[in-house]
Amino acid sequence: MRKILIIFAHPVLEKSRVHKRLLHHIPHLDGITVNDLYENYPDFDIDVTREQQLLLAHDIIIWQHPLYWYSAPAMLKQWQDLVLEHGWAYGKDGYALRGKKVFNVISSGSSLQSYQREGYQHCTITEVLKPFERTAELCRMTYLPPFWVSGTHKLEMPQINEYGKRYNQLLQLLRQENLKDEELMQASCLNDLIEISQNNLA
Amino acid sequence: MEHSFFYKALVFLGAAVLFVPLAKKSGLGSVLGYLIAGVIIGPSVMGFVGAEGQDIMHYAEFGVVMMLFLIGLELEPELLWKLRKSILGLGGLQVIVTTVVIAGIAMLFHFSWQQALALGMILSLSSTAIVLQTMAEKGLMKTSAGQSAFAVLLFQDIAVIPMLALFPLLATTDILHNSSDAHEAGTWVDGQPAWLHATIVLGVIAAVIAVGRIAVRPLLRLVAKTNMREIFTATALLIVVGIAVLMTRVGLSPALGAFLAGVVLANSEYRHELESDIEPFKGLLLGVFFIAVGASIDFGLVSQHLREIIMWVCILIAVKALVLLLLGKVFKMGTEQNFIFSFGLTQVGEFAFVLFSFSFQQGILSQETTNVMTAVVAISMGLSPLIVMVNEKLLLPRVGTEETEERPADDIDEKHSVIIAGFGHFGSTIGRFLRANRIPATYLDMDSDRVDALRKMGFKVFYGDVSRVDLLQAAGADKARIIVIAISSPEKRLEMIETIKKHFPHLHMLVRAANRYDAYDLMNAGMLHIYRESLDTSLRVGVDVMSLLGHRRYTARRQAANFIKYDEANLKRLSSIRNPDEYVVAARKFFEEIEATIQSDRQYLLSEGDMSWDPDSLIEEVRASLQENPQG
Repeated sequence: MRKILIIFAHPVLEKSRVHKRLLHHIPHLDGITVNDLYENYPDFDIDVTREQQLLLAHDIIIWQHPLYWYSAPAMLKQWQDLVLEHGWAYGKDGYALRGKKVFNVISSGSSLQSYQREGYQHCTITEVLKPFERTAELCRMTYLPPFWVSGTHKLEMPQINEYGKRYNQLLQLLRQENLKDEELMQASCLNDLIEISQNNLA
Repeated sequence: MEHSFFYKALVFLGAAVLFVPLAKKSGLGSVLGYLIAGVIIGPSVMGFVGAEGQDIMHYAEFGVVMMLFLIGLELEPELLWKLRKSILGLGGLQVIVTTVVIAGIAMLFHFSWQQALALGMILSLSSTAIVLQTMAEKGLMKTSAGQSAFAVLLFQDIAVIPMLALFPLLATTDILHNSSDAHEAGTWVDGQPAWLHATIVLGVIAAVIAVGRIAVRPLLRLVAKTNMREIFTATALLIVVGIAVLMTRVGLSPALGAFLAGVVLANSEYRHELESDIEPFKGLLLGVFFIAVGASIDFGLVSQHLREIIMWVCILIAVKALVLLLLGKVFKMGTEQNFIFSFGLTQVGEFAFVLFSFSFQQGILSQETTNVMTAVVAISMGLSPLIVMVNEKLLLPRVGTEETEERPADDIDEKHSVIIAGFGHFGSTIGRFLRANRIPATYLDMDSDRVDALRKMGFKVFYGDVSRVDLLQAAGADKARIIVIAISSPEKRLEMIETIKKHFPHLHMLVRAANRYDAYDLMNAGMLHIYRESLDTSLRVGVDVMSLLGHRRYTARRQAANFIKYDEANLKRLSSIRNPDEYVVAARKFFEEIEATIQSDRQYLLSEGDMSWDPDSLIEEVRASLQENPQG
């Protein structure tokens, strides 16, 4: 069984539509931990020791957050700055996170189509997430494709719930199956992982 | 000479206006000023007032009743409970031991044991009026000496009740039992069996508490609504007078009743209005009372019995001081505090005048003894401020805590750029925090016990009246950059601010405030950095409540931060309202306002305020464009 840590950052969850539903669909299972940063550290005063211990105790790390200005809400940046210490997470002696898997669970106002070189955003989501990817690599972790809820402003509740169910399935799959990195990398988005792994089995 | 009311008022007021400022200026304190004024206008020197001194004293005693009402207002029940050990232990032992010792000495002078016991009891009491006035003037009420003195005085006030009950049993000669002029009009409990007496007394006390809790507040609200200042004042006086009359009717000390009523009203929203209304009456009546005491010293009698009186005054002061010193030691007071406490309470109290005349009527003491002893009491009161001064100027510098530490010649430590005045629960947290961050600070405190303890812990502490220029100078106020005024007495704070403004204008003042009212005063004194004691803490509780109810912590924190901003803005606005008639109304209006503000706060935060996070306007815009151009 893989242990999954969801590091969640949303400053106004009261107003959120997508993330409220995503959180709702996270299975209540052993080995799945939700770490709600804005709730735990309302003063941005992050407990680094606690956060590092949480990281050590899990195999798969998820950064779940809305995409604000092509990045994460301020709290997640604060978390990276403080928790991923030199000599612990990276650098000559920083091997604490080696081999763990990490990926983003994001929501964006723009649609799938607009994140194309030729599209409205002039770049792909992979390119947008480059800072996270580089962070993961520096920390000797495997960076996986994101789980992505796109075009959120146009989504109606039933569609959002569909995403929620998919998120639930993904988490269960990651928890149970010891998927190889190559299998995981096949998907451009982890949204599609369920179909891919079903095809692989078939 | 025409002895009209106006003539008397002219003499009393004139004497007070002339002598009190003189006495204060020369460092003698106002009490001694009043007493001297009394002696001068009294029959012995100028003869402006004659035998009516006694009558006036009778009325002026009402000042003591008012004072206890005010003390009660200042005192929350929790504090009373906290003091229970010193009230019963220290107070009880003081009365018992002093009574026994004085009675023993009296028996050596061939008084019968009954007379000796009566003398002992009467003379064991100290003067609430003098002691509290003096201590408050010197800002000592919150020190351990002040608290202990208060506890002892409170017990003495209570002890008057059983004394009055005991005196008839001590009567030896046949009494001319004409109670008509002895006890004005008699009381409801005269001639009742003991159990009924007790029931009536307890019933009345319960009634005072119940009425204070239930009826007085609505009454005050009603009166406040009329917007007539004088009617509010009249109501305040009515409450005090009513209680005094009621208490006298059941044979209790009116002062005690007033105190009780004060405690009951301590938590009401009208506390400050009541205080400011009664305060001038109290001050004036007490002044008149002290003048009357001065005037009642019969120097003819004194010269006849000079040796006897001097002997008794010396014995009394010695016995009282020694018993108090001993008890202070037993109750683990520091030497300095013990000296302030013991030498503060050496005089005999104003109740003695009442008790002497009562014991004379009961046939316990002879006319001559009563007269001599009345003179002794008055003289002991007159000497009291002098004894306090001697203690301050001559004894304390030897035994007590030094005002400044003995330190090497190069004393001015450049690094001590912060001064913290007051090391109580408020100042100590600031001090600990700065110390933990290796920011050295200089401390000032008025409680010598605390100063000694702090010095042992290695703090740099100066001891004394924090509003004095020389002490501030010694603490390096001219070199420091910041001064935190964390003392608990609002009056001292204002005094201190004035001193600093005048002598050390370069200092940044960060001032503690007890509450809104206090903050208004500080704003009017021109303060920019005002910290209300409980504002931040209360809001932290509020945040935790919201969080426990399931609200997001981060949102709650932001709400709290916003709340402080709004509240401070409102405070500024209200502080400009200085017309006292408007004030009561304005305060109520404020709470309505604050309610509205919180509501708009909430709206503000959760809609327009968070424009940048998941804005509704963006969603609308995107959806609108979707309708125009379905391809999106």
